[in-house]
Amino acid sequence: MTDTMRSHGAPARGPSAAAAAVTTGSANILMRLTDPPMRAVQRLIGAARMPYVFLLPNLLFFGLFVFLPIGINIVFSVTGGTGLFPSERPYVGAEHYARLLDCGSYLEAGSCREDLFWRGVGNTLTFTVFQMVAMVLFSLVTALVLNRPIRGRGFFRAVYFFPVLLSPVVVALIWKWILQRDGLLNAVLTTAGGEKILFFVDPGWAMFWAVFVSVWAHMGFYTLILLAGLQAIPRDVYEAAEMDGTRPWRVFHRITLPLLWPNLLVVLVLVLIRSVQVFDEVFVLTGGGPGTATMMVVQYIYTTAFANQVQNFGLAGAASVLLGAVLFVLTLIQLFLTRRRAS
Amino acid sequence: MTGKLRTGKLGRLLLARRGGASWHWTDVASYAYLALGVLLMFGPVLWLALSSFKTPAALLEFPPSLLPMAQSEVSVQGYPQPLPLFRVTMEDGSVRELAQVRRVGIVAQMVDPAAPGQTIRVPADRRTPVRHMALAVENYTDPLTQFDFLRFLRNSLVVTVVATIITLIINSMAAYALSVYEFRGKSVAMLGVIGTLMIPITIILAPVYLVVTKLGFVDSLWAVILPGAATPTGVFLLRQYMLTIPRDLIEAARMDKASEWRIYARIVMPLSMPALAVLAIFSVMWRWNEFLWPLAVLTKTEVHTLPIALNAFQGELQTQWHYLLAMTVVTLLPVALVFAFLQRFITSGIANTGMK
Repeated sequence: MTDTMRSHGAPARGPSAAAAAVTTGSANILMRLTDPPMRAVQRLIGAARMPYVFLLPNLLFFGLFVFLPIGINIVFSVTGGTGLFPSERPYVGAEHYARLLDCGSYLEAGSCREDLFWRGVGNTLTFTVFQMVAMVLFSLVTALVLNRPIRGRGFFRAVYFFPVLLSPVVVALIWKWILQRDGLLNAVLTTAGGEKILFFVDPGWAMFWAVFVSVWAHMGFYTLILLAGLQAIPRDVYEAAEMDGTRPWRVFHRITLPLLWPNLLVVLVLVLIRSVQVFDEVFVLTGGGPGTATMMVVQYIYTTAFANQVQNFGLAGAASVLLGAVLFVLTLIQLFLTRRRAS
Repeated sequence: MTGKLRTGKLGRLLLARRGGASWHWTDVASYAYLALGVLLMFGPVLWLALSSFKTPAALLEFPPSLLPMAQSEVSVQGYPQPLPLFRVTMEDGSVRELAQVRRVGIVAQMVDPAAPGQTIRVPADRRTPVRHMALAVENYTDPLTQFDFLRFLRNSLVVTVVATIITLIINSMAAYALSVYEFRGKSVAMLGVIGTLMIPITIILAPVYLVVTKLGFVDSLWAVILPGAATPTGVFLLRQYMLTIPRDLIEAARMDKASEWRIYARIVMPLSMPALAVLAIFSVMWRWNEFLWPLAVLTKTEVHTLPIALNAFQGELQTQWHYLLAMTVVTLLPVALVFAFLQRFITSGIANTGMK
């Protein structure tokens, strides 16, 4: 039996070998403890029903922490008061939705009753547009460069990738330290003869750095997806083009871009889904400021439900349902695209 | 440029391209881009690490020095405190190293450490501090004693380890059911798993908080561990892998009267080790870095995890950057180590699944 195990899948090497050694030891003990009761269960309900037993724990978690909350969220959004439990909350109908959507003009956040929400929506839109353009551009260029016959490709790939693993709080603090008033960047600026810039006091700069920092942190992930796509393009297509003396730009335009397009679409949608939900880095970096210049929708929801003096779960719930609807549509598009790529 | 480069043997070795072709301007541009990338990606982290060893005084300097420096001090006879050392350009143009007793306006009173008897008055702009490299290790050791840094570290470790173990067990069980069996309601279960992909915690914060309150987990680490334990990503990843396990193996075990649980635990799990390892790494990353949900649910300081503690600390009115930077480095370190050792594993895992 052991031989067949070894021969299957990746040969046991490095970390998996160490993990395997540890697991075999503890697995023996665990097996002796768990097998008799599970055997009894199987005898009781029959082997055909065992898959339900295996599914149960995971589905219980999904039910408790995902599906039940979706229901509660909808209840929250149509009930008022400050109570946490639905029994303490009076029904108010669509009041919260009406309040969120009550605007003189949707182009002017100040004209809305819940102007903070609309500022959040506006900021998130701005952030999303700039971040999508920058993210796709930089990860595409990086993937194209890494796909060339480069010495030390593995090293450079790692260089671009490692920030992906960092905690958003760590990422934000690293950059906050560089961008602060007496920070490294201002030191470079003044040494070069410029003046200090208070990056987090100027709304434009704050948004710029919010976009910059999240591109810095996540571009490695998308570079990796695009690089995998580029490496899947057959070499002989390029060789044929080279024989014909096709110009490099034309090769990119006529071969690389069309063949990479499915991956590029997936990246676009993934970036979109992530940036609509942006919170962590921006919140720690700017705190949503100056004023509300970088306050995003998710921060609005978090503040409304948890950080304000009065915890307004109803309003937060209604805003979540609206955000959820947007995400639902975006995820359907993503699934559709991924499936098409797979087939 | 091509071919006109006059280079030695070493240069030729360094500049040689794969396949022996000559240099093209696009190669130069590529390496320039990559070099800039190294600076931009590594630079900030390196700057953080260097800064974390600076004393509070050195952190206030502008423009900042690259390396952690501290002003040298000397004990001078007749003065109880050690005095800061300066290099002073004297009237006659000679340079002496003097210790400063005090500074009054634009005049500094100095003494020669060798001859402490007489004070010398020097214009303040004639002196430059004498400095040496000094690592402020106390930035790292003080937080251990002054605040509950060890507790935050322990909280983060507990959350990461316990949650990862739970995730591996329940996700692999579900993946096993969805890959090996045919049963009624299988497609509904699959749809349910896909459905949870669309529901990030960001949009169900308040209701999950309600559930956690009802279960009595508020302000305990279970509030962070449990809600994210079942991951759709993990189920998919493991199922995809388990589908490749030969069916004959499982059938043979059934012939030998092995129970279904035994087949799962003794055959399918060991064979899925590579996929389990990838999920374990992902889970460790997710949990170690998790922010929004712990921020919402962990209000008491005793249960704060590292990211939450860091955020609370940086929000204080007088941010003590010297401690904050050191604690940031400590938070970053485990991830950096994991990455250094498992880089290939992680990148290929992501490239294969398209998930993170």
